[in-house]
Amino acid sequence: MSEDGAAVLDVKDLRTVFETAQGAIHAVNSVSFDLRPGELLGVVGESGSGKSVTMMSLIGLLGTTAATVDGAHVNFDGMDLLRVTEDELRAVRGAGIGFVFQDPMTSLNPVFTVGFQLMEPLRNHMGMTTREARQRAVELLELVGIADAEKRLSDYPHQFSGGMRQRVMIAMALSCDPKVLIADEPTTALDVTIQAQILELMKELRHKLGMAIVWITHDLGVIAGIADRVMVMYGGQIVELAPVIELFKNPQHPYTRALLQTVPSVRGSRAERLRVIQGQPPILFSPPQRCSYSARCNHAFDRCLAADPARISVGDGHDVACFWDPETGEPR
Amino acid sequence: MSDAGASPLVQVRGLKMHFPIYAGIFRRHVGDIKAVDDISLDIRESETLGLVGESGCGKSTAGRAVLRLYDITGGSITVDGTDISDIDKEKLRHLRPKMQMIFQDPQASLNPRMTVAGIIGEPLVEHMSLSRAERLERVYELMDAVGLNRSFANRYPHEFSGGQRQRIGIARALALHPKFIVCDEPIAALDVSIQAQVVNLLEDLQEQFGLTYLFISHDLSMVRHIADRVAVMYLGKIVELAPRDELYGAPLHPYTQALLSAVPEPDPVRESQRKHIILTGDVPSPSNAPVGCNFCTRCPRAEQICHEIEPEFRQVDKGRYTACHFVGDTAIKTAEPTVGETVKP
Repeated sequence: MSEDGAAVLDVKDLRTVFETAQGAIHAVNSVSFDLRPGELLGVVGESGSGKSVTMMSLIGLLGTTAATVDGAHVNFDGMDLLRVTEDELRAVRGAGIGFVFQDPMTSLNPVFTVGFQLMEPLRNHMGMTTREARQRAVELLELVGIADAEKRLSDYPHQFSGGMRQRVMIAMALSCDPKVLIADEPTTALDVTIQAQILELMKELRHKLGMAIVWITHDLGVIAGIADRVMVMYGGQIVELAPVIELFKNPQHPYTRALLQTVPSVRGSRAERLRVIQGQPPILFSPPQRCSYSARCNHAFDRCLAADPARISVGDGHDVACFWDPETGEPR
Repeated sequence: MSDAGASPLVQVRGLKMHFPIYAGIFRRHVGDIKAVDDISLDIRESETLGLVGESGCGKSTAGRAVLRLYDITGGSITVDGTDISDIDKEKLRHLRPKMQMIFQDPQASLNPRMTVAGIIGEPLVEHMSLSRAERLERVYELMDAVGLNRSFANRYPHEFSGGQRQRIGIARALALHPKFIVCDEPIAALDVSIQAQVVNLLEDLQEQFGLTYLFISHDLSMVRHIADRVAVMYLGKIVELAPRDELYGAPLHPYTQALLSAVPEPDPVRESQRKHIILTGDVPSPSNAPVGCNFCTRCPRAEQICHEIEPEFRQVDKGRYTACHFVGDTAIKTAEPTVGETVKP
């Protein structure tokens, strides 16, 4: 799939299954993608589409109790993350792949100072002394735009506002110079004016640090502003993958098209009536035997119910998993 | 404040809702959180007034205060000709059927131990004397109206998805034929594809039953879709109130301009060309609001006067109200154009 062999992260055929009391839930079904150096890959989908689980699966953040992660490979930095020991994975998390979570309120520990939490990975992963770690922590806070960084190190998370806490989380994820940063809905819990600040910060940091970023969100507006490529997920699968301008200009999958139409805007023309995607996202009690979107799709026909469409290329770097061709309005 | 035409269904004048802060071992009263501080607005019959703002600006408190779910600190509220500012609980109870509320979190606002029929029927038990059969008939009617299958009547809330639960909450609010409904972030907890379903339902019901909505939301694009007029709140005060197209087309107050500018555009080409206004800093605490204009600490246009004198909330154009020293009869037209056109950065 990757034309250039230099992908920093290469995921092939990833599958995640949760064992629940109601039966097995197939949350991620045969997901393959690559992440190129320095690019920002946006991941869009509704809750339950498997976007977070995919990313957590590949760095072993799901725990082993209920989840089974399997796949062909997840290549990162010369390792297959599906086949390394827990200790090696631990070293990758933080140092190789940084993670920013959605909710800055609950992902910082309230009983430790921000400085202590920032310095912890520096000492564990980078082998810094306390003094060096402190120095670096100040630099990091300054990098993410926190004024009075030196003083703020001894503050507790509750003394920071939501936007500031998210900045701390970003600083933490950046602390060990990761090659890849996975940001899981990092601005969803924030107000729009604060979100605009964080987006601006991320654009700036990207150019400064040159790392590859995976940005998970359900907000197409956010994606439009920052992503290079976008991957749309539905029912634990990638239904469409394309460069950002191509995706917005020429969406191929009925789900992507519907998503783009349901979202109202604050600018431009105003629709009298919102377009609706009828029905609910599926709960995946079995691996897909048919197109997972077929129950909500206006264009579904017999083939969609008989088989799960494979991902095919429809243009330069543009993949879609659908039997229906929007150009002709006919099956492909 | 009231414009030409029919008298408004809801009239709010100088509404204040302050929450006291007690501190020290004697629990002395040391200050107030001024969640809502002197707001005035009218809501006309059958219209939707959007109330937008960021978290902590007091929009939900304002919505609850308008329904007298709090004992308000000051000001007056008139709903359908009755002044409800300081009437007692019993009288208020008799007025409740007229004014209802739809809550944000359909998970938390439905009793998990009651069936759907029980939840929707509870207001009927409280306020009307219907026989069991009549009540069930009304519950079925309501379930039809909000698009819930009648056969679900005996199920419990946990068996439903978020969108369906919000439909249950809406059916409950409609049970007593209300005139006025406060919708407090009714779609915030829902997925994008489900949000549109609920918003369309609210619009249909408004048309069908002639409802008047106060639609509270932080989602500016959804408010643009549903509201006829929009009020923007910042730190307990309304900074701008205008008809929808005017507000989104040419916002006057610097905060409104920044807020609209902050909403990303779902179009990568336009988004990359658009000029962004990035506000610095955070919203100050409502217990310690700045002297002068509330917005002066973050305003890109702030001058000396803004730090000294609080701007008056006044009409600057037909139906357009704002509280800013720099917006006057010669309204500044430096606003970021938000309709159609884009600006090179």
